[in-house]
Amino acid sequence: MSKSPDHPEHDFPEARRWHDMGGDAAGPVPNDQHDFALWEKRVDALMILGSARGHFTVDGLRRCLEDMGEKAFEEMTYYERWVASVNQNFIEAGVYTLEELGAKMEEVKARGDTYGAAQNA
Amino acid sequence: MPHDHYDHHHLSPSGHPYREDNDAPLSYWQTMEIAIREIMIEKGEFTAAEVNAQIEAMDARNPTNGAKVVARAWDEPSFKAALLADGSKATREMGFDIGPMNLVAVENTEDTHNVIVCTLCSCYPRNLLGLPPDWYKTREYRSRTVKEPRKVLAEFGVDLPEATTCRVHDSTADMRYIVLPARPAGTEGWSQEQLAELVTRDSMIGTGLPKVPG
Repeated sequence: MSKSPDHPEHDFPEARRWHDMGGDAAGPVPNDQHDFALWEKRVDALMILGSARGHFTVDGLRRCLEDMGEKAFEEMTYYERWVASVNQNFIEAGVYTLEELGAKMEEVKARGDTYGAAQNA
Repeated sequence: MPHDHYDHHHLSPSGHPYREDNDAPLSYWQTMEIAIREIMIEKGEFTAAEVNAQIEAMDARNPTNGAKVVARAWDEPSFKAALLADGSKATREMGFDIGPMNLVAVENTEDTHNVIVCTLCSCYPRNLLGLPPDWYKTREYRSRTVKEPRKVLAEFGVDLPEATTCRVHDSTADMRYIVLPARPAGTEGWSQEQLAELVTRDSMIGTGLPKVPG
């Protein structure tokens, strides 16, 4: 434990996890904005429907996001991290296996080179 | 969302248009999304129609929901009191269900300005504002808003007078906040529909102010 520079009356753990960003120094807030792509909205829907089925909670979603670490936060997009977390939760809940996922991903890839072409039309 | 961003010549099997950027090379994570969705449908966990319905509900949730709540609070003192007392209940009764989470409405006054953030992730009052803007999820906004809110607000064009108290509310998975902005002067006698036109998304996050009449 160490003393907070701003509030020396409080102890705070030095081993703050990477996602606990409040108070860190950072640059100007970027104002880029993108419209959500269909695949991103579908990831969001998978999270909501998967939770509604009782396979995981928002805490399960967050645990996997936080366990991915800072590198994933810097290098992956928001919904890329979400789909990875949703997948991890489904596998942990025993909804499907890694083998089933791998086989299905191969099947999807074989359909085409774009998101549109890879749909099971 | 402007529809001219879509390529109308390519419709998905569900009848939804693909965006142009869906023609970029298929990514690993997109492949995973398709695979998970298909496995779940094959296993009977949910249907394709349920996925589509969820997306339609998501698209229907946008800041006009929050604007209706704010305009009503400006117009009806009893509703404003109910909103400040129990935000979840008051908004649920308007048809904007936040589910099991708690919603806390925080009121801007002559001497206090409120702003919301989620330092840990991206918690946001989706039932009233839809999906959070990209900047809300950035390291910069999450890190700095709790430390130097006035500087962050200045970047959004909101210059708080020195004498104004600035309160920052850090959201959690279970506790969401919405800012009730101060009603602009010169709107006496306006209808709730007219008032709602003045309420911007950012004014309900606290990084903006309502539009001024005129």
